Amino acid sequence: MNVPELWPALLVSIPLAGAVLGFVRMSLGPPLAQFTALTMIVITGFLPVSLIGQENQQHSLGGWGPPLGIDWRLDAMAAVLLLLAALVMGGATLYRAAAERAVDFKVEHDLFWPLWLFLWASLNALFLSADLFNVYVALELVSLAGVGLIALNGGTALAAAWRYFLAMMLGSGLYLVGVALIYGQYGTLDMIQTADALTVQSTTMTGAALISGGLLLKAAIFPLHIWLPSAHGRASVPVSAALSGVVVAASFYLLTRLWLGPFESLLEVGPPQLFGVLGVAAIIWGGLLALFQRRLKMLIAYSTVSQLGYAMLVFPLAATTAGSAHAQGGMVILLLSHGLAKAALFLAAGCIVLQQGHDRLDRLSGANRYSALAWLAFALAGASMVGIPPSGGFLAKWWLLQSALLAEQWLWISAIILGGALTAAYLFRALEPAVTLTAKETGKTPPLALNLAALMLAVAAWMVGLVPGAAESLLINRGEA
Amino acid sequence: MSIYFPLAMILVVLGLHGLFVCAHPLRKVLALNVLSTGGFLLLVTTAAQSTPPDPVPHAMVLTGIVVTVSTTAVALTLVARRHPRNSNSTGGRSVS
Repeated sequence: MNVPELWPALLVSIPLAGAVLGFVRMSLGPPLAQFTALTMIVITGFLPVSLIGQENQQHSLGGWGPPLGIDWRLDAMAAVLLLLAALVMGGATLYRAAAERAVDFKVEHDLFWPLWLFLWASLNALFLSADLFNVYVALELVSLAGVGLIALNGGTALAAAWRYFLAMMLGSGLYLVGVALIYGQYGTLDMIQTADALTVQSTTMTGAALISGGLLLKAAIFPLHIWLPSAHGRASVPVSAALSGVVVAASFYLLTRLWLGPFESLLEVGPPQLFGVLGVAAIIWGGLLALFQRRLKMLIAYSTVSQLGYAMLVFPLAATTAGSAHAQGGMVILLLSHGLAKAALFLAAGCIVLQQGHDRLDRLSGANRYSALAWLAFALAGASMVGIPPSGGFLAKWWLLQSALLAEQWLWISAIILGGALTAAYLFRALEPAVTLTAKETGKTPPLALNLAALMLAVAAWMVGLVPGAAESLLINRGEA
Repeated sequence: MSIYFPLAMILVVLGLHGLFVCAHPLRKVLALNVLSTGGFLLLVTTAAQSTPPDPVPHAMVLTGIVVTVSTTAVALTLVARRHPRNSNSTGGRSVS
C-alpha cells in the first residue's frame, strides 16, 4: 500500500488553512478544529499501517530536490509521531470544545483556536521535514504558538510563558548556529546528504554539540528541564496536554533523528554514555520532584521530566549492536504511549479541578459519581505509565529492558526498574485521595465529553500495547522487510 | 579565514552573555537578536567562501530575519502584557 503523494501535504495545509480561517472568523474556531481533528486522525491512522513492510516515503516539495529544495520524509518514527499528535491534539480539541459549550465554564480567549491549529500545522511540518533549516523554522513556529497558548491563561501564566519563550529562543538560537556550522562544512541541509558527507572533525563536533544543546533544552532533558514544570503546570488543560504529550516529544524526536541519522558516525567518539547518564538523572530527579509536589498538575508536569529520561536511554543502547533495534523501537513506543497517557492525565486532572475547584493534593476529596470517570481515566493512564502489562508503557519499557539485557548494560537496566518504582510511587500518591477518602457530594459536574476525552486517550495508551505484533513489524523488523 | 568568522562567534557569545546576565526583559530580547544575528553572519560568511557566492545561505538568512522579526514581536507583546504600568517609565534600566 503506497501513501498518496498528496497526503503529507494535507497534514500541514489543512490545519494551517484552519488557523488562518479561524483567525479571520473567530466564531468558526471550534468547527474548524473538529474538522481538522477528524481528518488528521483518519490520515495519520492510515500512515503507520501503510508503512508496514514498505520503503520510507520521500517527497520533494514543489518538485525541487535537495540541495536547493526541501525534502519531506515519512519513515516509521515520523508516522507514529504524526499519529500521536493527531490523537493528543484531537482529544484535547474535543475537551476544549466541550468545555466551551458548558455554560459555567469561562472561555479565556478567542485566539485559542487559531493558535491551536497553528501549533498543529507546525508540529506536522516538523515531523515530516528532512531539512535542517526547514526544521529550524518549524521549531520556531511550534515555540511561538506554544508561548501564545500558555500566555492566554493570563496572570501567573504570563511569567511562565516568558520563561518558556526565553528557553525556547535560546534553544533555537543554539540550533541555528549549529546548523550554520554544519552547512559551512558540507554545503547541504538535507539530513540524508549530510549523513553521507559527514566526517568526524572539530567544527562538525561543535555544530553537533550546539544543535544537541539547543534540542536538549527544548526537550526539557535534565538538567535543562527547569522551565518545564511552570510552563506545563500553569497553561490551560488542553494546552498542557499538547505541550507535555507532543511538543517536548517533537524536540526529542529531532534529537534522535539527528543522532541516529546524520550524526551517527559521531556516536563512536561522542556522547552516548553522557546522554544515558543524563537520562538516568532525569528519571530519578524528575521522579523524586514529582513525588514531593503539592499540586496535581505540577506532579504530572514533573513526571514528564522523569519519563523523557527513559527515552534518553536509546542513545547508549542504540550504540550497542545487540540491542539497537529494540532500543529504537522501545523509544518510539515510549514517546507514543507516554504522550497519550500524559495527555489523558492532564485532561483527567482538568476534570477533577473543574469538579473540586482546585488541585491541591492534600485537600482533594474522594471520588464520587461526578468524578469517577475522570479518576478511572487517571488510573488507566497512570497504570500504562508505570508499565503494567499489556499497556503501551509496558511494551515500551519491555523493549528498552530487552535491549539493555541483550547488550548486558546493567546500569541502564537498574535505572529502568528503579524508575518504574518511582513512577508507581508518585502516581499512587495522586490516586490515594480518590480511593481512600470519603467522597463529598458537592462540586460541579464536568460535562461528560470532558471525561470521555480523557478516557479515550487513556484507552489509546493501552491499545498501543495490544498490538505488539504490528508495532514490531513497523518499528523493529523494518530493516529486514 | 576572513575576519567575519570570529566576528560572528563574538556576536554569538555576546548574545548568550546578555541573555543570561541582563535582568531587564528588553535587554534579553535584544540579546536574543544579537545571538541570531551572529548565526546569520556565520551563514553569510559561509556563502562568501565559494565563488560565485552560494545562494542557499542567503535564502536561509532572509527566512531567519523574518522569523526573528516575528519572535521579537511576540517577545515585545509579552513584555508589554507583563509590565502594563512600568513598561514606559523605566527606560533602559532594570526593573528588578
